[in-house]
Amino acid sequence: MQTRALPAAGRLRRRRGFSREKASPLWAITAWIVALIAFYPVLSMFLTGFKTESGAVSLPPALVFLPTLENYRAVFAINFLPFFGNSLIASLISTFFVMVLAIPCAYGLALRRTEKWRDILFFFISTRFMPPAGVIVPLYVLYSANGDPELGAFGLDLLGTMRGLIILYTAMNLPIAIWMLRSFFEEVPRDVLDAARVDGAGVMREMLQIVFPMVRPGVVATIFIAIIFAWNEFFFAFNLAAAGTSTVPIFMVRFVTSEGLFWAKLAASCTMAVFPIVLLGWLAQGQLVRGLSMGAVK
Amino acid sequence: MMRRLGDQPIGRRLVLPALIYVILVTQAPFLLTIWYSLQRWNLNRPGQRAFVGLDNYLYLITRDPTFRIAVVNTVVFVVGAVLLSLLLGLIYAELVNHDFPGRGIVRTLLITPFLIMPAAAALTWKNQMLNPNFGAVDWFIRTALPGNISPNWLGHYPREAVIAVLVWRWAPFMMLILLAGMQSISEEVREAARVDGVTPWQEFRDITLPHLNRFMQLGGLLGTVFIVQEIDPIYLMTRGGPGSATTTLPYLVYEKARESFDVGRGAALGVIVVILSIVVITLLLRLLNRMLGEE
Repeated sequence: MQTRALPAAGRLRRRRGFSREKASPLWAITAWIVALIAFYPVLSMFLTGFKTESGAVSLPPALVFLPTLENYRAVFAINFLPFFGNSLIASLISTFFVMVLAIPCAYGLALRRTEKWRDILFFFISTRFMPPAGVIVPLYVLYSANGDPELGAFGLDLLGTMRGLIILYTAMNLPIAIWMLRSFFEEVPRDVLDAARVDGAGVMREMLQIVFPMVRPGVVATIFIAIIFAWNEFFFAFNLAAAGTSTVPIFMVRFVTSEGLFWAKLAASCTMAVFPIVLLGWLAQGQLVRGLSMGAVK
Repeated sequence: MMRRLGDQPIGRRLVLPALIYVILVTQAPFLLTIWYSLQRWNLNRPGQRAFVGLDNYLYLITRDPTFRIAVVNTVVFVVGAVLLSLLLGLIYAELVNHDFPGRGIVRTLLITPFLIMPAAAALTWKNQMLNPNFGAVDWFIRTALPGNISPNWLGHYPREAVIAVLVWRWAPFMMLILLAGMQSISEEVREAARVDGVTPWQEFRDITLPHLNRFMQLGGLLGTVFIVQEIDPIYLMTRGGPGSATTTLPYLVYEKARESFDVGRGAALGVIVVILSIVVITLLLRLLNRMLGEE
């Protein structure tokens, strides 16, 4: 927005405008207390997973105790891993398709503009802002084995399948990826491109050999954002879940209905469900805001 | 914009696959939603399917008591959660926009709730935080306040509880956007103000806040479109209850379609959700267009 900078200058740019004046000790203490309160539920979830069931409900909540791995063993025994695997497959494969479709599209919209590029860009993002509730009913009908008799009754038989979710997650993340990547492509200096074009570089060479290396951090950040959104997704997974395979959020739903109140085991499965995404998010911190704001805020 | 006419066919070929995919997966089903919303069709009674015009809409608006509650709940949840998370996000952002030992760690701790899978967050809050007997929040209230009170949050304050969990998850999102806004204020302006002897509060009110206006709008509008879609805390914490106290429109769509197998009314609700969202989406697109225009 304000300045056009190379992605390599990202670290420098992030410090811009940061208040460099040392804050008072009182300020630091307040900030730490607020952060620890906000983080407490996460800490509690993590710690409870290593407590015994009776330890999990004892008050005050213990911060120091003898950890047990019993809950993790129990959660694996009730088949947590297949759900985890399904979440992994759904997020990784959908993200792969997102990038295959989004990189050329964002490149086209940023550097090989057609007429109406702006309309196309806004069409993409408007589909992401449309509530999924607006499409879930026909999806449910079409995904069932029976389908809609008036449409020739072709049921796609995708309820509770990975394929069904991958199709939707790809569509869900595609607009965000296109907007985010576009904002990175825009930062590629025009003279570099012009020089390459004078040298007679084709689209593929320009995209893969010249532009791609320059925007690699942006591509990685986009991949992280797509994985985070797909992994945490609930609405589609829940509405289109069937008796067969499902993702981690659905494991949570089932666990609560079938196992009842086993807090420690539930906490262990929650911890396993969130840890890959928390790690990715921590790694992608610097670029997170760009992804969440569709590249509008850098 | 039209500087390289020769690029156009290439540009079109690059854009088209993604465009076709999105139209097929999102627009085609929405057309079907409109079509289904005009039919009486319950999957349990396939023989009675018929075209009924606007009957489903009329039924929902005039005769379905849950519908009206759900509209109110949706507005309350979204407006409440967005405003409160903007406020809390602003506090978070201002806190970490100063230099102190461990600022990076504090920021990391503050953004973590947003990364937590909403389903896991909802269950952790329901059990370990808000349980009247064993929850940390109730334990804290019992210990810190006189009178040994221990509120049953999900039974007596279900809306407040759901909003609290939404705010806990979305304040970090607002923080990130507002922090980016704060960091785009030039340090020279701040220095000049400090030389003039303004207090930290005046600096915040007269320099930081006015500059954040557009970032607040962006956070608020994005928060709205994303929070409307959240049904995980509702399903996992309250199942829309007690009664219909926490039933929102997207949750009602689920109930109609998946629990009552009522395709017609579920679809009509879906169309209504989209219509209600269009105002927000239009404002959001206009804002993004303006931000894009400044590039």
